[in-house]
Amino acid sequence: MTSGLGPAIGVAAAYLAVLSAPVVAPYDPTAQHREHPLAPPTGIHVVDREGRVHLRPFVLANGADGAARAYPVRFFTRASGDVEAPSSVRLFAVDPPAAIFLFGTDTLGRDQFSRLLYGGRISLGAGLLAAACALTIGVLCGCVAGFFGGWVDTAIMGASDIFMALPWLYLLLAIRAALPLTVDPGRALLAIVLVIGIAGWARPARLVRGVVSSVRSRDFVAAAAAAGASPARVLRSHVAPEAFSVALTQASILIPQYTLAEITLSFFGIGIGEPTPSWGTMIGAMLRQELSVAHWWLAAPAAALVGVSLLYHATADALHRRALTMGVTR
Amino acid sequence: MSARSAALRSLFIRHVVRAGAVLVVVSWLVFAATALAPGDAFGEARLERTLSPDAIAALRHAEGLDRPLLVRYARWLQSAAHGDFGRSIAYRAPIAPLVAQRAVNSLLLVAAALIVTWTIVLPLGVWTAARDRSTDGRIVAAGATALIAVPDLLIAIVLVLVAARSGVLPTGGLRAAGGADAAGFAAIADRIRHSFLPVLALTLIAAPPLVRHVRASLLDALASPYVLAAAARGIPYRRRLWRSALRAAANPLVSLFGLSFAALFSASMMVEVVMSWPGLGPLLLDAVRTRDEQVILAGVVLATALLLVGNSCADLLLRSIDPRISA
Repeated sequence: MTSGLGPAIGVAAAYLAVLSAPVVAPYDPTAQHREHPLAPPTGIHVVDREGRVHLRPFVLANGADGAARAYPVRFFTRASGDVEAPSSVRLFAVDPPAAIFLFGTDTLGRDQFSRLLYGGRISLGAGLLAAACALTIGVLCGCVAGFFGGWVDTAIMGASDIFMALPWLYLLLAIRAALPLTVDPGRALLAIVLVIGIAGWARPARLVRGVVSSVRSRDFVAAAAAAGASPARVLRSHVAPEAFSVALTQASILIPQYTLAEITLSFFGIGIGEPTPSWGTMIGAMLRQELSVAHWWLAAPAAALVGVSLLYHATADALHRRALTMGVTR
Repeated sequence: MSARSAALRSLFIRHVVRAGAVLVVVSWLVFAATALAPGDAFGEARLERTLSPDAIAALRHAEGLDRPLLVRYARWLQSAAHGDFGRSIAYRAPIAPLVAQRAVNSLLLVAAALIVTWTIVLPLGVWTAARDRSTDGRIVAAGATALIAVPDLLIAIVLVLVAARSGVLPTGGLRAAGGADAAGFAAIADRIRHSFLPVLALTLIAAPPLVRHVRASLLDALASPYVLAAAARGIPYRRRLWRSALRAAANPLVSLFGLSFAALFSASMMVEVVMSWPGLGPLLLDAVRTRDEQVILAGVVLATALLLVGNSCADLLLRSIDPRISA
């Protein structure tokens, strides 16, 4: 908690997991196993009926003759019957007719675990890209406003005032309204990233502007300028390091916030649409399936979201404390 | 005193002018953005076989959608200034009464949540600051910190699921079916029952960061030299806490009050949708889904106006109670 390294590693692990989804996920996220709708998580056994312990875990399924048989879990294998990518290697798989659903299936029989990983790519990726977008716009505008001052400063800060005057979710909806409703998943992701990035540039711009203009007024910067340093050099060697610290702390605050924004928009049905998984659409499906205590495994995306959010908050806390002890003012 | 009130009056006028300018810019941006977006309310109508392209063109003409952008905006601004926000294409009704009713519902929710939140936050913040050296205070503070990390959407969803399973509380709507007939005490009780869940959700969303801020600003004030001096002179702890520290901390608390209004207003949009509270949120979401541009415009402008009023009130309040800030 105090070092911040643990939470940061946890966050990195979450990104690594969703990035390696094509290998880790045993199934295609849109593949429907119609014979297993709302299946509970598949039991993975190591001890068979005779009490023998197997080194290779196995799952139970009814064979072609109707009798329960054990199917071993195969690791680093090509899943047979894999239509989507026949050449890809999967971390683990079982042979049909057995199936391995680590987190069960949804109403259409789609593997929750695979959807969680692929959905995480969309949700976590959208948050990351949107924060990068907002920070790029924000840091640029903030640096320009703080460094040049005068009417440039007034204009940029006036614009940021307008963006800050709007309630955050209403602002998101207003910008979302300017984009087409039904598009393919790739463009929808781009649209979401742009919507959130445009909506969110104002706060980082304000913070960076504050830092830049306060650094600018300090004696050592004036001394550098008096000694003949060019504006570019002053920006690079004196202003940028302090602005970077602010941007880093802001990133750790903004990324989870924007991840949640994507999830909220998709939950509302105006983000990434079905069948592409997003944690937002998955949480929406969980709410529609009101028997959620009986089908507790549908809550997996919610649990994942809470986990990632907690890790990010711990990281942000640590970064903030580090910034305070380094004497950098917000 | 009179110089001060004159200064406050000129500040008030400046606030009004600034708010007006922001509203014009916001409405223009939203107007242009929604108008330039591909597709309009009649985009789906093309799929209808029974409507000829001519008929759709006639419909668009009747709604004025085929005029130049600036002309449409000027006409909108003119009628909006007279309180007429046009007609909703999806609802086939004037927008002003529709949006006004929804805004009242949203404001009721936000106001109730604001009151409940601050009646909890203020004592809890003071208590956690006062008990900073002991375990129970630290546990509550840590609990608030943990609650901050729980995503708002999930707080609302979990409450809905719990209420749906227990069946004790209604999970949506403003009043019971046929509740409009109920009168007096029964109607009020029904209202409270229906608003309990959304208010609880908003409180759980808004209160934890506020508790943390109140605690931090009180701890700051308690550590300041004049409180130390008061302690050295033998002023008892309780008096130092309530008299010296809380008064010094009042300034950040009032600006925090304004910020909490903005946060609650934004969060209430999501809570309204999840708990089907008939406020601005669901109206705006439906408008985005059906491309009902005029409703989007009216909803966003009204939401912005409400937020500006809230922020201005907080600012004016701050300047009128704190003599250190020049009005």
